[in-house]
Amino acid sequence: MKKKPQFWGIFADPSEFSRYVLPALPFVVLVAAYLAAAFFRNQANPDDKLLPTISKMADAVYRLACVPDERTGGYLLWTDTWASLKRIGLGISLSAVTGLFLGLNIGMLPGFRCLSLNFITFISNIPVLSTLPILFIVFGIDETAKVMLIFLGTFTTITRDINLTVQAVPQEQVIKALTLGASQRGVMYRIILPQIMPRLIENIRLSLGPAWLFLLAAEMIASTDGLGYRIFLVRRYLSMDIIIPYVLWITFIAYAVDFALRKWVVFQYPWYNVQKQ
Amino acid sequence: MNGAPRKSAAEYLVFIQDAYKKYGPRPVLDNIDAAVGAGEFCTVVGPSGCGKSTLLRMILGQEQPDSGKLLIDGQEIFLPSPERGIVYQKYSLFPHLTNLENVAAGLGLPLYPLAAALRRGEIRDKALHMLETMKLAEHAHKYPHEISGGQQQRIAIAQALIKSPKILLMDEPFSALDPFSREYIQTVILNLWESYNMTVFLVTHDLNEAVYLGTRVLVLSQYYTDDRPQESPRGSQIVADYALETILSTKIKGTAEFGQMVEQIRHDGFDPKYLKRIDEFNLAHEDSFKTFSENDAGILKNKKSS
Repeated sequence: MKKKPQFWGIFADPSEFSRYVLPALPFVVLVAAYLAAAFFRNQANPDDKLLPTISKMADAVYRLACVPDERTGGYLLWTDTWASLKRIGLGISLSAVTGLFLGLNIGMLPGFRCLSLNFITFISNIPVLSTLPILFIVFGIDETAKVMLIFLGTFTTITRDINLTVQAVPQEQVIKALTLGASQRGVMYRIILPQIMPRLIENIRLSLGPAWLFLLAAEMIASTDGLGYRIFLVRRYLSMDIIIPYVLWITFIAYAVDFALRKWVVFQYPWYNVQKQ
Repeated sequence: MNGAPRKSAAEYLVFIQDAYKKYGPRPVLDNIDAAVGAGEFCTVVGPSGCGKSTLLRMILGQEQPDSGKLLIDGQEIFLPSPERGIVYQKYSLFPHLTNLENVAAGLGLPLYPLAAALRRGEIRDKALHMLETMKLAEHAHKYPHEISGGQQQRIAIAQALIKSPKILLMDEPFSALDPFSREYIQTVILNLWESYNMTVFLVTHDLNEAVYLGTRVLVLSQYYTDDRPQESPRGSQIVADYALETILSTKIKGTAEFGQMVEQIRHDGFDPKYLKRIDEFNLAHEDSFKTFSENDAGILKNKKSS
């Protein structure tokens, strides 16, 4: 019998070994390329700013994470992380809750849909970043404006997708619940809502990308702490030894949250992924 | 039997008179007259797209006739309610609940969430008992997607029966099942029909099933003629209505009468070349009737004396 190809073609069947090695390969290549480039640049000029060596970055991370800041007395990496997580967490929670209830009501109630779906679709097309000055004028340059930017940037998408998800629930389920004695509100909140929860979490996962974007934008323009603020601040001194670890740190947090939410859906809603097939 | 119904409308469990239904410009049901008494096991058959499911959904309250009368227990209905249970071909079960929770839904949903939570134990016990009588207790804690299609439909029946509905409506509930599960579940439903003392409406495209299960069969068909131009679009009518004998034995399927009845129904409703005139339908059941109101003048211009 002829064996299936390891790598090439649409019938490729990577072996157990390659399933571990192949995903790691792009990372290894990227890191190696960076290390080589940094090594040669630093050999030519030990004060090179552009591609700091690993040891320079480790130094910078140590200073930010383990040595109290002279001016504020805090550990900058952690205070920045906490400030940013608070903003993005608050913003995305707000839009998740709003999107869930708005989407559920639009999807279930034809009258309410008639009233509001067009409006939501319209405002979802506003380029939210262009409203940032308005937000700063209205809410001041404190936390509210930043949270509002994340909220406004993500809740419309969630609302619209939840609406579509609700409308895709078979009508039979609604009728069935009524024949079992549920009230109309009972159908909405006790039968349909639990069914769309995993979809909401998927929506949060997808919205976290834009949410980070809005967070960093807001922090870069008007803030006194936060991950985006720090990156933008040290840019003035070409401190790549801080910028690169910060970017990696943000990426890591975003990936970890995404991973956690994905696992949460698998454990909490065992019926969900089967249902989609 | 042409003419007025045998008893008054309120004496029937389900009473439909001159009911019309259109989907957009397309007529689905024309001038439906039907009276069904309590305790009947009424099967509804007809060619694909003839509106069998529409008729069922109207009795359920999921849809309303465009015109005409539809009374359940002498009352007009507007929405589905616990008095009429439904089992669909699929999507009957809530995918996010375990089988036990699905069956318990009918006990918990009518209560406020807090009250349902307080009586959780009692509700669980009742639902579990239901599953035991249906011989499904071993699947109680699985999700619907983890059991076979036949088991899913039995759970769906249990889910509907826990409300002890007056009327159980079933829309091709066994169509997706393999022959063995189907035969088993047919006997299950016959036994339940007896012990629960309900009225059953079952839509099916399987004539053998219709004749085997029913005490009465309604044949719905768009193949008939009347005084409208031949090419004008017609909604389906009840073209035949027979009383059937039901014996709880599969042996009846082998008898000559059984085969003749199936053939007769096929001839009445399923042959596009055989068109009966609207006043000559085989409405043999004693509760069957057909009235022609003023609206129907176009359908029947010269009424024959019967």
